[in-house]
Amino acid sequence: MPKNPNVKRVMVIGSGPIVIGQAAEFDYAGTQACRSLKEEGVEVILVNSNPATIMTDKNIADKVYIEPLTARVLEQIIEKEKPDSILPTLGGQAGLNLGMELEESGFLASHNVRLLGTSAMTIRKAEDRQAFKDTMEKIGEPCAASTVVESVEEGVAFAGTIGYPVVLRPAYTLGGSGGGIAHNQAELESILENGLRLSRVGQVLVERCIAGWKEIEYEVMRDSAGNCITVCNMENIDPVGVHTGDSIVVAPSQTLGDKEYQMLRSAALNIINELEITGGCNVQFALHPTSFEYCVIEVNPRVSRSSALASKATGYPIAKVAAKIALGYTLDEIRNAITGKTYASFEPTLDYCVVKLPRLPFDKFITAKRTLTTQMKATGEVMSICDNFEGALMKAIRSLEQHVDCLLSYDFSALSSEELKMRLKKVDDQRIYVIAEALRKGMDYDTIHEITMIDHWFIDKIAILVEMEQALVKGPLTVELLKEAKRIEFPDNVIARLTGMTEEEIKKLRYENGIVAAYKMVDTCAAEFEAATPYYYSVYGSENEASVTTPAKKVLVLGSGPIRIGQGIEFDYCSVHATWAFSRAGYETIIVNNNPETVSTDFDIADKLYFEPLTSEDVESIVNLEKPDGAVVQFGGQTAIKLTESLMKMGVPILGTKAEDVDAAEDRELFDRILEQTQIPRAAGGTVYTAQEAKEVANRLGYPVLVRPSYVLGGQGMQIAISDEEIEEFMNIINRIAQDHPILVDKYLQGKEIEVDAVCDGQDILIPGIMEHIERTGVHSGDSISVYPAPTISDTVKEKIAEYTRRLAKALHVKGLINIQFIAIGEEVYVIEVNPRSSRTVPYISKVTGIPIVDLATEVIIGKTIRELGYEPGLQPEADYFAIKMPVFSFEKIRGAEISLGPEMKSTGECLGIARTFNEALYKAFLGAGVDLPRHKQMIITVKDADKGEAVEIGRRFEKLGYTIYATRSTAAALREAGVKARKVNKISQESPTVMDLILGHRIDLVIDTPTQGRDKSRDGFLIRRTAIETGVNCITAMDTARALVTSLENANDEFTLIDVASI
Amino acid sequence: MKAFLILEDGTVFSGQHIGADRDIISEIVFNTSMAGYPEVLTDPSYAGQAVCMTYPLIGNYGVCREDMESKRAWPDGFIVRELSRTASNFRKDITIQEFLTGQNIPGISGIDTRALTKILREKGTMNGMITTSENYDLTSILPQLKQYKTGRVVEKVTCSHKYEIKGAANLSQNGPLSGSARFVPEDYAAGKREMRPSLVRNLNGAGKRIALLDFGAKDNIAGSLAQRGCDVTVYPAFTKAEEIIADRPDGIMLSNGPGDPKECTQIIAEIRKLYDTEIPVFAICLGHQLMALATGADTFKMKYGHRGGNHPVKDLETGRVYISSQNHGYVVDTDRMDPAVARPAFVNVNDGTNEGLIYTGKNIFTVQFHPEACPGPQDSGYLFDRFIAMIRKKSLITSGSATVKGEKDA
Repeated sequence: MPKNPNVKRVMVIGSGPIVIGQAAEFDYAGTQACRSLKEEGVEVILVNSNPATIMTDKNIADKVYIEPLTARVLEQIIEKEKPDSILPTLGGQAGLNLGMELEESGFLASHNVRLLGTSAMTIRKAEDRQAFKDTMEKIGEPCAASTVVESVEEGVAFAGTIGYPVVLRPAYTLGGSGGGIAHNQAELESILENGLRLSRVGQVLVERCIAGWKEIEYEVMRDSAGNCITVCNMENIDPVGVHTGDSIVVAPSQTLGDKEYQMLRSAALNIINELEITGGCNVQFALHPTSFEYCVIEVNPRVSRSSALASKATGYPIAKVAAKIALGYTLDEIRNAITGKTYASFEPTLDYCVVKLPRLPFDKFITAKRTLTTQMKATGEVMSICDNFEGALMKAIRSLEQHVDCLLSYDFSALSSEELKMRLKKVDDQRIYVIAEALRKGMDYDTIHEITMIDHWFIDKIAILVEMEQALVKGPLTVELLKEAKRIEFPDNVIARLTGMTEEEIKKLRYENGIVAAYKMVDTCAAEFEAATPYYYSVYGSENEASVTTPAKKVLVLGSGPIRIGQGIEFDYCSVHATWAFSRAGYETIIVNNNPETVSTDFDIADKLYFEPLTSEDVESIVNLEKPDGAVVQFGGQTAIKLTESLMKMGVPILGTKAEDVDAAEDRELFDRILEQTQIPRAAGGTVYTAQEAKEVANRLGYPVLVRPSYVLGGQGMQIAISDEEIEEFMNIINRIAQDHPILVDKYLQGKEIEVDAVCDGQDILIPGIMEHIERTGVHSGDSISVYPAPTISDTVKEKIAEYTRRLAKALHVKGLINIQFIAIGEEVYVIEVNPRSSRTVPYISKVTGIPIVDLATEVIIGKTIRELGYEPGLQPEADYFAIKMPVFSFEKIRGAEISLGPEMKSTGECLGIARTFNEALYKAFLGAGVDLPRHKQMIITVKDADKGEAVEIGRRFEKLGYTIYATRSTAAALREAGVKARKVNKISQESPTVMDLILGHRIDLVIDTPTQGRDKSRDGFLIRRTAIETGVNCITAMDTARALVTSLENANDEFTLIDVASI
Repeated sequence: MKAFLILEDGTVFSGQHIGADRDIISEIVFNTSMAGYPEVLTDPSYAGQAVCMTYPLIGNYGVCREDMESKRAWPDGFIVRELSRTASNFRKDITIQEFLTGQNIPGISGIDTRALTKILREKGTMNGMITTSENYDLTSILPQLKQYKTGRVVEKVTCSHKYEIKGAANLSQNGPLSGSARFVPEDYAAGKREMRPSLVRNLNGAGKRIALLDFGAKDNIAGSLAQRGCDVTVYPAFTKAEEIIADRPDGIMLSNGPGDPKECTQIIAEIRKLYDTEIPVFAICLGHQLMALATGADTFKMKYGHRGGNHPVKDLETGRVYISSQNHGYVVDTDRMDPAVARPAFVNVNDGTNEGLIYTGKNIFTVQFHPEACPGPQDSGYLFDRFIAMIRKKSLITSGSATVKGEKDA
């Protein structure tokens, strides 16, 4: 069937801010789909509140609205832009829910807008638990015994009939929010109550527990003619019970025979045929480990995280094909872009093995529970490809960048066999390391399998890795042994550690014996057809295929690895734009990255893609083969920056800012010298290695002080300390991981925090705009609300900032991007830190100023000057609208995480509010972040003494808005004294009703709770904040944020000014 | 022990020896299925060939006897990247290593199977030798390889005597209809093995008698018919047409099989006689090629054939595309076919080669791919129902609105 000619203007809904369960994969899918639609001559109107995405670029869509994703906003955009169709299946669960809301309200019909792709009826059938179960029953596909409940009582009654444990899944939530396994009635009541509240429709599925079964997924495509194929199947190494997003996943399935494989494949096709899905779809099965019994777990009638993984694992562009299907094409009409010879109706077949590992945020939230459940906790993931499973697992481990490089990286050697058995029962991110230790201690496969239910085959693979460790320790290191160790991807440094040799010696031995990495192509067809797309992975002991090369200059662009708090999608945005800019300038571009969720690892972004770990050894293997003319590290976040030194040792020129200048910005002493030369003030401070030294510096400066490790992103480990005890505590935490670099201790200055991104060509600088943070210093810049143009600082301060930026950029010989954070106290400006590289705010400031600074930086790196690029150097004129970047958190997903804001970054994503006035922009930013108030107009204020003055002012304004204020004893007294009505509420330790009962009563909109110093989480404040977050109550921990919120509510409005960002 | 794979073009791969300890010369082909190696190894169509699996990890789930598609393994040799040292599956009877040795199949592991596949893709299928002799002499081996010809393979693989398979009396004999098949170890031990769910939802072939000509038939061809209630009589390949006709079957099934179809001159002559009767005929793979040759069409050898479980074929009557299981090196030349005799019914979406024919004025349709799957997708299993429907109507197959789903609801 050819393309539907009536589809001319399509509105695509994005997925909004990055949160756990809905991450960069939707930028990847959305970007690919938009490009695919434009390729067909369709006009694309894009709506997404997330400014860090590539899909919101003007070269991706024709009209771009970075607006809050609410039905009301979408309605207004539809009224303005008059699209003939909308495509909601590419924006994750958020996009799908919105599309459904518009459909159900009749808005789409009344505005003659058709829903493209899968129909609303299908979406309902797949998403509504009961409807889905009924459909499955009709076609004879089994589901686990279950029922949908709308109250806790119903749930308890049903669980009584099927027996515990039971699994709880709220309807219409993403990443399994609010779900879990209940082993008894008390657990059931607690999880169910929470789940009912989080569900968009107040429904929770209670089902038979099938934990321990194999979890198998199929990615399926179906067109409107009913043709269907499976793109890929995947097996979770962690059996049912761990969310697939948190599981170790392997593609294709490894332990299924053809009978089981085809049984589930046929079932997946039956299901999507019955549901009449048009586009991509993910079907999850639980397969009994010792029978053919299976259950359908769930169906996602849209592209998903798993489909992004399947796309990267096979080379089959699911989102692109889904977009073409939505336009009316059938699978046999869509050419396979990888081979150029076959069609989209050809099922990919793999001749390699793919392993995905989740990137879990427990290094950020050290108080959080590491346990993995049906509630997803990972912020991102890494994927690796190899021709054997062991190698793929080893590569994935070192791709994580969590100080792990082999199965010995977490040390459980102190545990006895009995203790190990107990430890194996704990399902967490360290389980494979525990299994490895159990095998080292001689535990048999059956015992390990009985406890973990992990298949023997995977246990055996871990055993092979353990045996190699032992063989290397025992020695001697023969050439044969080294070959085998490299075949299963032991990195040189691990071999060195185990053999007692140096890494250099291992490398030398390898080179002397020709043991080097070869590269194989991902081609969707196991080499059956010649492929046109150079998408490579490394193997040892095979023939190299990566040989095609052009006479053009080659540039290596290093990606940013897995999405994590502090290093998110923004750096992928920068890498992709830099790649495109180099490509336009005639370079052959080579991307190295390992993140399957991103645009940078799409097959047609760079001329060559190496899907590899970002370690110096892995990069060196690529360098040896490609011999690039240069490498850029300034766009790939800290991951790429960390590789600078190794790249220089390999003889690869670093394009742009030199490595020694990057060092000068990070090295305390060098940087102090530069500040002295350039006469720029900064907070006094010193560098230390030990707690003792830290205390000495702190006492010399006077408390409070800021303590942080150098060379980190996202302020990891950064804390404000007010006492010697806290210094001890923080230094302990920082030094849990051996530090290569000194720790910085600075005097803490309180003032307005200002941030600047600039391009420097060595002579001139270009500052697109100055951003001011709403929260005063002390809150990490990534967690602050950021406003452009800076609303409250004077012109003198602005001039000083521009001047300091110019001086610093010149002194550091910056060529390319530089990011600087300042503190403004009155008319004084101090520098906090300088990063001679791209930053988190680059996509945001580029979009709202219309100045493509990554492109400019790349041109500058190649040799152009700012003037040659048509820009007048210096601070650019301010826009006549406000653009406010709002951080978004995923605290509800991570049990036990402390939510109060501080110098260490905690947000997972961001959204934008853009409007003619500051107040409207602020309101939109809050709305985009999901703060949709007022609802019940009741709030709780409980603040530390220092904040009581501000609490009065803010309380008064909330009171005027009609809010009833509850406050704990001393806060209530302060409010009353100032004439603000406040109802006193008991502390948790006092008799009921307490502040906790109030929150649990679901009648509270908002909690303002500023934490008292110290990190003792047993304090009331911690409990209040956690309870609020877990029951869906907005919780604010900084007075500045609270003031911004009340300002936004005072200016709440249902009619928005809509700004097409593509026209800026 | 070291082993070597020597190709006709002089390429030598060195790896480890697996399976039986003997040298072989054979035609080297590759198969792209990711699972289903036991079915591949027991598919008689591989007689006279050594198979290279493109998926690198083989043997992960061992070998289960019920997965065998015939009584024994047929390929001359087996070529893999890596054989799993552990076999993990609840149905496993023996490991792949035990199976290869037990079936006297030599092989080689640890070679770059992707590089081998690329050679075969670019230069076409060629002969090769698997040897454990480190002192091989290319000057004497290469001419030997060039001269080597398999032949008369159908003779080797066909059954020696006619035998019967009873049709299923009820659906439960097929296993349950959905994934609720529980594993009962006692039943399993007692030989009750058909535990897997079946796609077949009715016994539309009950009481029908099918004659299956065995040119190297995979068990699931008879199995697919029996599951639908048909009683199947299996005949040796060289049975005279008269004998079959005399048994008055309701339908005739021509099976898959190995080798060059043009070598089967005797069989082709018998098939011509079957064509001339009014008995409905359904043919798969070699059977499809033989029927084409019997009615005046030609076949040719493809560069490297289709072997795998991911090939899209388009049903030209309905426009629907199905993913099929394939294993063939020869194909019917539709350019030189008399349209008055037959017209294409299926075409390969990738390369446009013929995948099926409908014979004009006859109750005959034939396909190049494998609706019996095993290994591979079960999408085209509906063709057995179409065959049974044809027998019932004994009229021209009308344009099928048959879909997988439709058939099940029927």
